[in-house]
Amino acid sequence: MKPTDSEVTNALEVENLSVHFGALEVFRGLSFTVPRGSSLAVIGPNGSGKTVLFKALIGSIPSKGRIRWAPGVRLGYVPQKLDIERDLPVSGRDLLRAKAAVSKSSNEALMTALEQVEFDELTLSVPIGAMSGGQFQRLLLAFALIGEPNVLLLDEPAAGIDEPGQEKLNTMIQRLQEEKGVTVLLISHDLSVVYRYATAVLCLSRTHTWYGAPQTVLNPEMLQQLYGAPTHFHIHDGP
Amino acid sequence: MGLEASSLILSVAMAVAAGLVGCFAVMRRLTLAADAISHVALPGIGLALVLRMQPMAGALAMLLIGTTLIWALESHTKMPTETIVGVVFSVALAIGSMTTSGEQLVEALFGGAGNLTNSEFALGLVGAAAVIAFILKARNSLIVALVSPEIALTSGINVSRLNLVYLLTFAMTVALGLRYLGVLLMGSLIIIPAATAKRLARDLNGMLVISVIVAVASTLLGTYAAGRFHGETGPFIITVAGGLFLLSLLA
Repeated sequence: MKPTDSEVTNALEVENLSVHFGALEVFRGLSFTVPRGSSLAVIGPNGSGKTVLFKALIGSIPSKGRIRWAPGVRLGYVPQKLDIERDLPVSGRDLLRAKAAVSKSSNEALMTALEQVEFDELTLSVPIGAMSGGQFQRLLLAFALIGEPNVLLLDEPAAGIDEPGQEKLNTMIQRLQEEKGVTVLLISHDLSVVYRYATAVLCLSRTHTWYGAPQTVLNPEMLQQLYGAPTHFHIHDGP
Repeated sequence: MGLEASSLILSVAMAVAAGLVGCFAVMRRLTLAADAISHVALPGIGLALVLRMQPMAGALAMLLIGTTLIWALESHTKMPTETIVGVVFSVALAIGSMTTSGEQLVEALFGGAGNLTNSEFALGLVGAAAVIAFILKARNSLIVALVSPEIALTSGINVSRLNLVYLLTFAMTVALGLRYLGVLLMGSLIIIPAATAKRLARDLNGMLVISVIVAVASTLLGTYAAGRFHGETGPFIITVAGGLFLLSLLA
């Protein structure tokens, strides 16, 4: 079967997507498309279902509606905080080598990914549970980049990374988009980043969803409704 | 080949398999569940005796059925593995002790050497080789799935199938060790060496190697001691393993 035109231009098409946990409805009737090479930012207050949406998109939780990834899509996923036991005898090298083996990538691809996220090679032998938040986050990014993904799903990738590191991270993601045409889906609380880098914004709240270009969606009234409080750009979660 | 030699070779192969399988059970925090799975063998042994079949065949069949049941319940109810294994295990033990009695029950629980037939020896070696080959081949997928099922999914790993095959491999390992250690103690030979290795190792290779060494050393020393003191092998093997674990706490 030949792919239709929309499949060629869109990396992802979502129609009428709903997720329920028992009686609890997380969201309902979500529809949006993500053109190839574009970047979609997903924003919303805590508990609005951003991470749940990502999990539904990758198929790790059941959902209703239609999720259609374009043929040939290779996903790279950077999850939000992972709970890793401190004394787990798995080093950074073990994890990256495992990904390289599973995705049939070379050792060179592994080294390239390390360079891209500026991960110090010496830190590779540290057990992953003993890494700092920022180190582990970079490792997960490198993990996602091995195997030449053409779609990146990033769930708050800057969390735990220092300011200069965040800036570099944004630059790196932009470069991947420009050079390799990578499509990016990004959950972020940093509205200034969203405003600067995203092609489209999906705002989730418990009652409403908004979807559109950042310039039209990110206005004071919408943000007031979304977060239930007056908002300035640069929104950060509480501790 | 003498009876003793073949029995020793088989026990070493079983120990290597147990050491490898245990690493992932311990890292996935399946220790209690893992220990309990082995008890599912009991009703199998009981039923086989009632039907005048090979007890080990009954045990293996029951382990495979029980494990698949645990996997299916887990994927459909999303309850924690520990809870499901807890339920399946208690029921299995109850049915098992109804169908097994007296001396047979003691042998099933703690292991009894008995006579090793040629076919048992051959099947045992094939089983151990299959377990070892699976763990070494799937170790990368297992590690990724252990760190996060989500990144495993997006890396193209079929996590649900991997879980099933891992649990079946675990069940197979338990069946391999039943004649040496019995239903009650086989789970311990899977868990204790891996727990020891987890304390000492800093990366995956280290953990796998140390776990195998501890499992094999416990089996050989335990078998030797059991011979000297005219006791059953199982309790001796686990006592040695426990001793090595205590030693690792000093490191």
